[in-house]
Amino acid sequence: MKYLDEYRDARLCEKLLTQIRQRATRRWTLMEVCGGQTHGLLRWGIGDELEGEVDLIHGPGCPVCVTPLESIDYAVELARRDDVLLTSFGDMMRVPGSRASLLAARSEGGNVRIVYSPLDAVNIAAKHPEKQVVFFAVGFETTAPAAALAVRQAERLGLLNFSLLVSHVRVQPAMELLANDEYCRVQGFLAAGHVCTVIGYDEFHEFARTYRLPVVVTGFEPVDLLSGILGCVDQLERGEATVDNQYSRSVRAAGNREAIRLIDEVFEVCDRPWRGFGTVARGGISLRQQWRDYDAAIRFPRASLPVVEPAECRSGDVLAGRIKPTECEAFGVGCTPETPLGAPMVSTEGACAAYYRYRATRNLQEEARAAP
Amino acid sequence: MSQQPRSWACPVVKDESDRITLAHGEGRRATRLLIRDGIVPPLDNPLLRALGDATSLPRVDGPIVMTTDSFVISPLFFPGGDIGSLAVNGTVNDLAVAGARPRWISLAMIIEEGLPSETLSHVVRSVAEAARTAGVEVVTGDTKVVPRGAADKLFINTTGIGELVTPAPPGPSAIQADDELIVSGPIGQHGVAVMAVRDELGLDPVPESDCAALVEAVAALRAGDVPIRAMRDATRGGVAAVLHEWAEDCQLTLSVDEPSLPISPEVRGTCELLGIDPIHMANEGTMLVAVERGWGAAAVEVLRSEPVASGATLIGRAVDRQLVPVLIRRENGREFPLDEPTGAILPRIC
Repeated sequence: MKYLDEYRDARLCEKLLTQIRQRATRRWTLMEVCGGQTHGLLRWGIGDELEGEVDLIHGPGCPVCVTPLESIDYAVELARRDDVLLTSFGDMMRVPGSRASLLAARSEGGNVRIVYSPLDAVNIAAKHPEKQVVFFAVGFETTAPAAALAVRQAERLGLLNFSLLVSHVRVQPAMELLANDEYCRVQGFLAAGHVCTVIGYDEFHEFARTYRLPVVVTGFEPVDLLSGILGCVDQLERGEATVDNQYSRSVRAAGNREAIRLIDEVFEVCDRPWRGFGTVARGGISLRQQWRDYDAAIRFPRASLPVVEPAECRSGDVLAGRIKPTECEAFGVGCTPETPLGAPMVSTEGACAAYYRYRATRNLQEEARAAP
Repeated sequence: MSQQPRSWACPVVKDESDRITLAHGEGRRATRLLIRDGIVPPLDNPLLRALGDATSLPRVDGPIVMTTDSFVISPLFFPGGDIGSLAVNGTVNDLAVAGARPRWISLAMIIEEGLPSETLSHVVRSVAEAARTAGVEVVTGDTKVVPRGAADKLFINTTGIGELVTPAPPGPSAIQADDELIVSGPIGQHGVAVMAVRDELGLDPVPESDCAALVEAVAALRAGDVPIRAMRDATRGGVAAVLHEWAEDCQLTLSVDEPSLPISPEVRGTCELLGIDPIHMANEGTMLVAVERGWGAAAVEVLRSEPVASGATLIGRAVDRQLVPVLIRRENGREFPLDEPTGAILPRIC
């Protein structure tokens, strides 16, 4: 398959692995920002192959995982209203809120529908004037342009029954938070290829300079991931900290201008709570004043029930790269993809789910030996 | 994304005037006419013609096999089939993989008030055609009409009866280490086709469901004297679900080689896009077969002689029990546990 097979070429991967091993004179600690990259690294066993040369810490880039509990609770609350039809991306459905997930809310009679694009939600609103259609807008800069487009489309169609429950997040402020954390061991970042396709990487130059950390814009296939790691290791060995673009088949320095313009037109930067991080300054976007009519948070008053995080879930530590999923006591015991305690075990982008799914047989044997 | 698929269109004529009403379900003249003129003619056979409350079937030698299944698919029509062909093939395949020659099926339909009559006719014609292809006769049936909202357009139940052909395959608990595993064709076609149409993914080309009867494929294996341990059509939960059930039955580990899995470019592309795995997607005319060690290649050759199994492929084997019941060996030679499918398949955000 074009654009896929050539980036999974086993011989090229082997060559890149050898180059990384030769180039690394010491063990470097890198963070891959995006959950899609985490899955790729585990699926292809890249972390295991580079044990000793590179320590990979999984970053916060799973949009489902960092969506705060209060947003999920709010969405569940809306779904339970008779007048509301809540629309959501599929992998948000099973994420547990304080009391229920959207899937559970639906089974209890809540109105929830899975969509693939915010524009589908606008179409639903056009077809169902008797319902208030709310789109649960989550995700990084990758999904924000489509949400912006949906609001504009709703305005163009004169729809009064469409709104967004906005929980969009921005990736760079979280990277800054991590870089400022005194316990942060990260020496270089693999920046998220999809996010950079939208926002570009111009704004990472100052970050790399300020924190003396190399940033390599990286894709998701094994050849991409290995090239990104090699680029990062190469900079570290040379004592440099600049921005490289490994994912040039998709990413331009200035990003996608039209998408950025759309985001700017509809949204403005705001502080936002992230699950596991607390409030991240400038960590999110919300609807601008002139688009407030489409803000579900304003349209629907909210019952403020307390937010309850499960005590045994350490997803916050996982998301901030403080521990690996397997270091959580609940991993694989009380917490599995079937009975998740936290979002990282649910989402296809989540680090815990990736560890669970791709735990190599070698690790299982070790687990079995370690078991009493 | 909201565009209708271009290369596939629902074949139903949208004549809004002629619809099934509650009167059709009240057991009087309207019902009789619906059954006599609308349903029976395409299905016609001597056993059905009597139109009694029950049908006596001819005597058969040896044990008979019986199965039942209900079909509630939405949308009713999808690329490669519809609820009618599905209702026949689903039941026929359950009989075939149990080692039986399917002979007779029943057809019970629960119709939501307001269903266009033409839709019903289309489905019944489709039942008739699928039954003919599979070599079964529809010998009895039932029709109920329920008020709007009490059902989703049309539900179908079919019960099937077949003659057991001896020797019957011993079943999954007889699988031994080094037995070989074969799938009869490309996997995930049905699940992806239905998802593409139901969720209006706007794919071009739209993947086609594999909905088909496996009768001839099973007969070919038998004619080829292939020593079969077990057969199962890989419906809900896909090939992964069957592997897990079998591993539990035989208490061995089943190991599958991912690069060998037959997957069409459309299914592969769609699954990559949505972050789902074809091995978890439903099939409706594709089975998993376990054969004695050394027979894998021969079984594949025999299967490929039948159109319904022309994509048959050796995908793995049974090994001594390891820590996990099902292993999948990825392209790079690394082995991972293969998850048992759980609940709904939920596409990812980005």
